[in-house]
Amino acid sequence: MLRCFVVGGLICIIGQILIDKTKLTPARILVIFVTTGAILGGLGIYQHIVDFAGCGATVPLTGFGNALAKGAIEEVGKSGFVGAFIGGTKAAAGGIAAAIFFGYIASLISKPKMKKQ
Amino acid sequence: MKPIQTKKDYQDYVDKKSPNSPILKNCFNAFWVGGLICSIGQIIFNYCKFRGMDVQLSNTIVSIILIGISAFLTGLNLFNRIGKFAGAGSLVPITGFANSIVSPAMEYKSEGYVMGVGGKMFTVAGPVLVFGISASIVVGIVYLIFNTQAITLV
Repeated sequence: MLRCFVVGGLICIIGQILIDKTKLTPARILVIFVTTGAILGGLGIYQHIVDFAGCGATVPLTGFGNALAKGAIEEVGKSGFVGAFIGGTKAAAGGIAAAIFFGYIASLISKPKMKKQ
Repeated sequence: MKPIQTKKDYQDYVDKKSPNSPILKNCFNAFWVGGLICSIGQIIFNYCKFRGMDVQLSNTIVSIILIGISAFLTGLNLFNRIGKFAGAGSLVPITGFANSIVSPAMEYKSEGYVMGVGGKMFTVAGPVLVFGISASIVVGIVYLIFNTQAITLV
């Protein structure tokens, strides 16, 4: 639990430093995190962090990228070339579908007076 | 003060006038909020494991619950307050992904429920999915080509 807290926190600090020290928009930072997670996942490095920190590594968006890459690799093992296209989205399907569904519902129930953060 | 003539002068002027963001304090807040969100995830994860689910299913459930909670918190305008305080602490975990879907959708609600909400949902999340999924396909193909022991560490 402590490991999870510390590692999750550290990944967020990296994000915070990127926000404060560079002019990257949050959207780009999210993209960087997901892509980095996918690459580290593909290289097999990220799995070590997951083994060490559990949800501290899977809950940040790098973990989302890792899940995509891991899914692609597993599915390639099962069904060959097509697996590269099936696996990633399959592994993250639950998260993506939930984000779309809850996102839409939450937008519907919200009050439209919004200020951008 | 010297007149602003070049781009660099202007940049210096902006840097001088814009408030110094206290990076240490921001990082500290990001650290403990981010850590806390991950810990909540870990609690859900442990419960799922306790109920006898496998790792991948547990991870999916953690994502779904955290995404659901943060989507509704965004809808209730509460997430922005957390975001202002915690910065990357709430942005980097998967909660930020849900927030990035709901906030633009809410803003464009006036443009209708199909093209407004439905279309603008992905202004921020779209690139994340495009690059994430593309990267996973590249990883899959690379793995297929170099199907060696080095990569099968995963």
